[in-house]
Formats: sequence, structure tokens, C-alpha cells
Amino acid sequence: MMSEGSSFMKGLILGGIFCLVMSYFETFNPGVHSESHQHLHHHLKPLSKDELQKLSESQMSELTQQVRVYCLIMVTPKLLVHWVTVNDTWSKHCDKSVFYTSESSKAVEGFDLQEQDEWARLRKAIKHAYENAGDLRWFFVARPTTFAIIENLKYLVLDKDSSQPFYIGHTEKSGELDYVEYDSGIVLSYEAVRRLIEMFKDEDKCPERGRALWKMPEEKQLATCLKYSGVFAENGEDAQGKGLFNKKSTSSLISDSMGQNPADVVEACCSDMAITFGGMSPSQMQVLMFGVYRLRPYGHDFHDSLTFLPPKDSDND
Amino acid sequence: MRIFKHYILFLSGVAVSVLLSITYSRVLRTLTPTFAMHARNTVWHTAESRRAALDLSQKVRVLCWVMTQPPHLESRTQHVRDTWGKRCNIILYMSSKESDFPTVGLNVSEGRSQLYWKTIRAFQHIHKHHLDDADWFLKADDDTFVVLENLRYGLSKHNTEEPLYFGRRFTPFVKQGYMSGGAGYVLSKEALRRFVKGFADGLCTHNTELEDTGLGQCMETMRVRTGDSRDVLRRQTFHPYPPYYYLPRQLPRPRPWYLLYEHYDPVEGPGCCSDLAISFHYIDAVGMHTLEYYTYHLRPYGYKYRFNPDNK
Repeated sequence: MMSEGSSFMKGLILGGIFCLVMSYFETFNPGVHSESHQHLHHHLKPLSKDELQKLSESQMSELTQQVRVYCLIMVTPKLLVHWVTVNDTWSKHCDKSVFYTSESSKAVEGFDLQEQDEWARLRKAIKHAYENAGDLRWFFVARPTTFAIIENLKYLVLDKDSSQPFYIGHTEKSGELDYVEYDSGIVLSYEAVRRLIEMFKDEDKCPERGRALWKMPEEKQLATCLKYSGVFAENGEDAQGKGLFNKKSTSSLISDSMGQNPADVVEACCSDMAITFGGMSPSQMQVLMFGVYRLRPYGHDFHDSLTFLPPKDSDND
Repeated sequence: MRIFKHYILFLSGVAVSVLLSITYSRVLRTLTPTFAMHARNTVWHTAESRRAALDLSQKVRVLCWVMTQPPHLESRTQHVRDTWGKRCNIILYMSSKESDFPTVGLNVSEGRSQLYWKTIRAFQHIHKHHLDDADWFLKADDDTFVVLENLRYGLSKHNTEEPLYFGRRFTPFVKQGYMSGGAGYVLSKEALRRFVKGFADGLCTHNTELEDTGLGQCMETMRVRTGDSRDVLRRQTFHPYPPYYYLPRQLPRPRPWYLLYEHYDPVEGPGCCSDLAISFHYIDAVGMHTLEYYTYHLRPYGYKYRFNPDNK
């Protein structure tokens, strides 16, 4: 009896030692996530209020001037009304905005890429943007169904070095691949784009025309090419961990929150510093433009550390 | 046979040990909160000063009454209460029945034909119980969204002892015009006194079912003036329809049906609406919280707003 018990105990002890050793090497079973790996690669937040206050006036001014955004809005004539609306609303807040289209439209100006394939179009647009960036160091890629608040984007990347590779947005996982969702907007630093364009030359790792029978969506193709160049997706969040990039519209998010958090709908829903909302109709975008840049309660004053001026020749902000 | 038995026991020991470790680490992970839980009560935004708004709420006291009914309490009125209702100095929910919502029970029945009766009874109730509790008296529907701070700002330059009332000015039926009921309207203390006196003396009667037209006629009878609620750039502050009716740009065109009653020349597109808008109407539950989010939460960091009425 005793020797049977001791066999079991020996087994128990050996198993325990085995687990301890494995967890030490962090290659333990999938139930345990490596927190530090997540921290390094996944969550990207803006400077905290305290950190901002530590900066001097001249540092602040320098940072504000350096963080300049080139917006690439990927349009097609089918989305003409959205195209026109984006042109009339949030894109005015980019330092430079170009509407890259699959084919030209008589109704509105855009950069005609003469390309029907979405991935090929995206590649061409990114190349063009990089070559015409001037001194702009941040790139923002969006569809015209997305609304973006560029000031909040600038706030997020203010202290990030654009000569480092950054690939930011709302991240999702597809198998082993972390990618940024297209509908909530994609942010790329200058260095990320430089590496990407180098990788475009590699027809094996980053082909222009997919050879598979099914087509991988551009957002995943992009993530793959970036991954090969050592650039990894990061999730943009505020100080409370709320996502700043949303692929749903404001009313959709509010509606969800009413179901999940009826006592605290707005607080639980979305960040005050949200950067994007996807799936917006043209009239929803006009209302959001008013809601973001104009509608406010008298007597609530914010003492922000940065100043962004309104764009010239604009009457709806 | 014995060796085999020992072997099995040994392996079971290893298996049990491994399983226990997995379970332990799994449990540990679920217990650890991943995000900081934000405070459930009012979150004071960083670097925000509400001093000016607070001062104004003490100088310009507003009593709000919301026209509602029992079937709307859960679908509509609740969302008023969760959003702008709490910003009034006093908020009263007027219904045909008293309830724990809490609602004030007026001695009327429900229905569109009863709206003017409800209005009359509501103002009589307020005059009787709350005349000295506020400076201005706002009427709104249970699907109206109101920005109280902007209402107070607009009223701050006016004297509540004068016979005045403000809202979205409509033209027909009443010579001096009248205020749209849905967009909400606000009476000065003297206007409230005169309205109640009008009914007490028989100068005003229930001569229509339309509460806004009816009230407008009584105001005219009692020599209460229609104020101009537009901002310094002549943009409207009270709106009888949701924002998406007014904001999208339009080619020059004849007045659409919802702008036919306008007293002042209507403007379509961005010039329709003041930055310091006071109200929007026909706002459903989702719309209430969305406007709450746009007005009080979502903002462009560091943005220097164009419209600064105090510096003009």
C-alpha cells in the first residue's frame, strides 16, 4: 500500500517540478498568456496628462509642429457621396489629404490610380504618398465611410518617433497574424512605410497580385508584408484602455452600450478622445462634424497642453 | 503486474500535478482585472474646468418640465432623466398620472387633444408650487434634447421680471408669432405670472388643442413678447427637428416643408445651427445618448474653437 502511494507522490512531485520549469521558460500551455509580450506589442496610448505637463513650452511647440499627417482616402466612384462628404468634412483637418480612386470621376477631383484591384491600389497609393510626403511623417489610410478626428490622432502619436516603425489602429487576430482593421483606419509612421515599400519589391513574401484561389483582404495582406519587415500591429487606446479606433458608427456603439450598460451608457461606450468611427453615412458625418468641432456646452473650459488651429477656408468647423 | 501498477500510479501523479497547475494559473488569470475600471459616477475629465457653467447655474436658475405620459416613461423619459434632465435646477416630469418615476399627476387624460390642457395645468402647478424656486421656466417634450448650459447663457442677458418668452419662432396663426412646442420654449417669471393670470381672469381660454399655438395666443393677449433666441451670428439655437435635417449642405431651393413656418429666414447647411445650440427635437433614445456623447464627451484635443461669443 505504502509503496503504491509513494509512486503516486513521486509522480505528483515530478509533474509539479515539470510545470514550474515550463512556466519559468514561458513556453507553458496556451492557458497562460505572456503579459509582457502583449505589453510591448499591443497597446499604444497617448502621453498622460502628467507627462504632458512636464514638457516645456518649446518642446510642446516643437512636437505639435512635427506631428503632421498625410491622409490617404481610398475611394471609388461608387462611393461618390461619401467621397464628397469626407472632402467637405474631416479630411480638411489633415495636413495633406489625397483621394486615391480606382477610376476618375467627373464630379470631383481625385488621384486616379487606374486600378481595380484593391490591394494593388493600396500599394500604389502608399508609394505615391511616400514619394510626395514632403516633411509629413505620419500616414493615415481610411475608407470614405470612416470619420476621423485628426487632432486626437496627433495627440496619440505626439510622443512617438516617426523614424521608428509604427502600425496602429484597432487590432484583430487572424490565426498568428495581428492586423489593423481597415474600417477603423490605419496609422503608419514614416519608417513603417519606408520598410513596407522595400518589402513591396519581394514578390514572394509580398506579392502584388495574390496567387491563391481566394483573395486575402488588403488589411491582412498589408499586415503580412509589414510583419515580414519587422513591423507589428498595435492597438490604439486611451488612458483607461478604451479603444480609440472604432469600426462601428457612433449610434451603433451607443446602441450596443444601451444594451450592455444601461446605467452608464455614454461613459461605458466610447472614449472622449476617440479617433475614428466606421460605417458612417454621409449625413451622419455632417452631424458628427458639427458634434465634434462645434456643439458644446457653454462654460466647460479645457486647459489642453496643445493647440491645434482650425483649417483655412472652412465653415463647418 | 505490481510494477505496472506503480507505473500507472506514477503517471497519474504527473497528470494530476500538471492539471492542477493549469487550473491554478487559469483561475489566477481570470481573477486579475485587465483594464482599470473607470469610476461609475461622474467622471471629472482631466484638465476640465466647469467653473463658468457652475456659476451660471446659480445665477440663472431654470425649472424644466417635461411633457410625458405613462407608456413613455421607460422608452423615452428615462433617457431624458439619464442625460440632460439632471442639469436643470429643478426637473418635473408632467404626466396624466402621478408615479414613482417621479411624475407629477395633472388632472387630465392623455392624447394629442389634451396637450394644451396639460400645458395649462402644468404651468398652473408650477406657478402654485415653484414660482420662487427658479428664474426661468422651460417646457420640453420627452423627445427633446436640451443643452442647459447654452440655455442659461442665452437667458443671462435678459431680465426675468420682463414679460418675455423664447424658443423657435414660428409665424402663422399668431400675429407676433409663437414658439414651436417640440423645440421647447422658456418663459420668464413675469410671462409665467401673466399666463396663469390670463386663465384665472378668463382672458385666455382653452380655444385650441395645439399647445404651442394656444400658448402663443395667450402670450400675445397678455402682452408677453416673443424673444429672438438666435446667437450673435443669427444662427438658431432651438430646433424642432434633429440635426441631420438642417446641417447637410443643400443647393439653393424653395423652403422644404419643415421650414415653412419659420419666422426668421431659414439657413440650410452649417449656418443653420449655433455652436451653442439649445435644443433638438424628435430625438429617440439612441439619439439622446449620442447627442450627450457629442456635447459633453467627444472632443478634438487642443482644438481652438472658431466661435467665441464672449470675445466678439
